[in-house]
Amino acid sequence: MEGLERIVLAHPFFAGLETELGPVVAGCARNIRVGPGQYLAHEGDSADEFFLIRQGRVALEILPPGRHAVVLSTESEGDIVGAYWLVPPYRWQCDARAVELTRAIGIDAKCLRAKCDSDHHLGYELMKRFLPLIVQRLDQTRLQMLDVYGSRPA
Amino acid sequence: MSVALSAGTSVSGQAWSRIGAIDPFVPQIYRVSRVWRESSDIVTLAIVPTAGDRPEFAPGQFNMLYVFGVGEVAISMSGDPAVPGSFVHTVRSVGAVSGAVAALEAGATLGVRGPFGSAWPIELAEGSDVVFAAGGLGLAPLRPAIYQVLARRERYGRVVLLYGTRTPTDILFRRELERWRRRLDIDLFVTVDHADETWHGDVGVVTKLIGRGGFDPPNTIAMVCGPELMMRFTGTALHAAGLRSEQIYLSMERNMKCAIGLCGHCQFGPTFVCVDGPVMRYDRIVDFLAVREI
Repeated sequence: MEGLERIVLAHPFFAGLETELGPVVAGCARNIRVGPGQYLAHEGDSADEFFLIRQGRVALEILPPGRHAVVLSTESEGDIVGAYWLVPPYRWQCDARAVELTRAIGIDAKCLRAKCDSDHHLGYELMKRFLPLIVQRLDQTRLQMLDVYGSRPA
Repeated sequence: MSVALSAGTSVSGQAWSRIGAIDPFVPQIYRVSRVWRESSDIVTLAIVPTAGDRPEFAPGQFNMLYVFGVGEVAISMSGDPAVPGSFVHTVRSVGAVSGAVAALEAGATLGVRGPFGSAWPIELAEGSDVVFAAGGLGLAPLRPAIYQVLARRERYGRVVLLYGTRTPTDILFRRELERWRRRLDIDLFVTVDHADETWHGDVGVVTKLIGRGGFDPPNTIAMVCGPELMMRFTGTALHAAGLRSEQIYLSMERNMKCAIGLCGHCQFGPTFVCVDGPVMRYDRIVDFLAVREI
């Protein structure tokens, strides 16, 4: 097993992936390293890559005019950054900024989409991993929106 | 009103008794000895009895604090049980009574009934990993338990504190958190729900931190305190992480009046929070958490 393939399969997101799919995914992968303050993606960019965080912390944020960027969430070791590659128009809807030195695996989304189109089993394996994450983040966002720590009159 | 109570049984079956020689309906007079302004609406008070010694208390228990002419409110202890002399309470000003408590200055007097209620399972957790999950002001009722676990650190496995709050400026007991973070024998994670780019820590709900704890789920006791919605989500997430329901404890909050299981104001399903709680095992209450009107 090649080094990059081993790293990809060791990430929690790909836990349990059939070994024969390892080289297929790893064929679309690259190692990346970004310093604090550098961006993995900007709002409006083409979503042609997503990231498996191996180390560090990435802030997903939106920049309101004339204000500091609002951080929607941070993602850390073991997390995934970017699901926009899954649905048209395949564009980032927020910025992804490294808060600290971050090491990640970047997955070429165009490459992987093409492989998923030709191998629906691979596509299904990816959906089985992405969908629970998306639902989990939806729940977490709802809890955030509820503002449960705000003052509430007795 | 002074009623000659000695012992009995509440409607929920929980036995109550006199607190030593003290009638549980009669407030004892305490004096505010020190005030810490934690934030614009949160205050920590140290209070000392004007006569006699401060009663012993267990982490998780609460007192009824009575501001003369205003009313009485249930507030958990937030100080170290091993430090004698005073009770420490952390209060958010959200209503008339809590606002009056939060406005007390050093030297003011107030009435105190207590301590009441159940305690965190500190001894039960010995030999296990311990996860404290706190949300917002919920860190205050957990703090006595954290003190006690850290004082007997060798009796526990991994100790993890997960703390979520609203914004970076709302972080409670910040200096203490910084001190605990410097220790090498506690894993401490802080996250906020809302922040801008000037905050370099985590953003997101406290449940996101659970995966980072590194604890051994079958051998872990979790103690959770915060707004009830936060506890519901956290209970579910801890369960999903592999803890059984009977390994999870929550501190419930209801409108307590008598504090000894007689009046029924704090009824929660078949239990009274004042005597069966506030610390309750998750498996005993989980079926009631999402029921409307309870």
